[in-house]
Amino acid sequence: MKFGVLQFPGSCDEVDALGAARRVGDAELIWHGERDLRGADAIVVPGGFSYGDYLRAGAIARFSPGMESVIAFAAGGGLVLGICNGFQVLCEARLLPGALLGNANLRFTSRQVHLEVVEPETSFTSACAPGELLSIPAKHSSGRYYADAPTLVAMAERGQVVLRYAAGENFNGSVADIAGVRNEAGNVFGLMPHPEHAVDELIGGSADGLGIFASMRLALEGAHA
Amino acid sequence: MLIRPKAGILDPQGAAVERALPALGFAGVGNVHVGRLVELDVDDPSQLEPMCKKLLANPLVEDYEVQRLDGSG
Repeated sequence: MKFGVLQFPGSCDEVDALGAARRVGDAELIWHGERDLRGADAIVVPGGFSYGDYLRAGAIARFSPGMESVIAFAAGGGLVLGICNGFQVLCEARLLPGALLGNANLRFTSRQVHLEVVEPETSFTSACAPGELLSIPAKHSSGRYYADAPTLVAMAERGQVVLRYAAGENFNGSVADIAGVRNEAGNVFGLMPHPEHAVDELIGGSADGLGIFASMRLALEGAHA
Repeated sequence: MLIRPKAGILDPQGAAVERALPALGFAGVGNVHVGRLVELDVDDPSQLEPMCKKLLANPLVEDYEVQRLDGSG
């Protein structure tokens, strides 16, 4: 299987995303100005500061030609993972519910966080154990997840809250400790922490992020079996 | 275009300013919110509303208000 990693001007985590994806499959970089997704079986929208985060994080990147193709790919059921700025882009594109606001502490914060796997049966977490705590780094200034109360109720009913910050780990002030959400169809997932930075215990002491990429591979193999 | 955080959503910038003002001796200040101002020239003002909805504001979390400075409203 092949991952396509989208790159915008201002992306900075596309190389680690490629490296993480290549531990479970093939991966290729796709420049945001291209509409051709190069036959990718899954798309990663990586972290960074696309278009300098001008106006709002992800607001301008969301209209790039590559994103138009990603929106069509997602509408057809394709797997899409958005990490950090990628999560912000997917929310701005309305592929995911809610929005990401400035951290409640008003600071760019970089730290390791523990995440509770709320939904272990998704296309992005099936390689994780139920109730598993993932140790993954987070680094952002606009990571405070927000959705209004009716949306939160609907998301809870549909199992769309996939990851939560463990007790005491919600440093950005996200509503209901939400760290990662999926769409209603279950093929689009976004999270603020960086699984692509936690794929080798030699660097950072955790390879817990690999489970996200391995789950996507499992989902695709299941779909083709 | 004046773009403001929606009422009821935590506004940490506004809260920080509200805490800072009394420290500088400005008493009796409350309900501080920090938003964004976008100024532009446009030939067709009917484009302003869709512009706000599509790009300039995120209606999920922000309210916007269009003010025309040409004297027509």
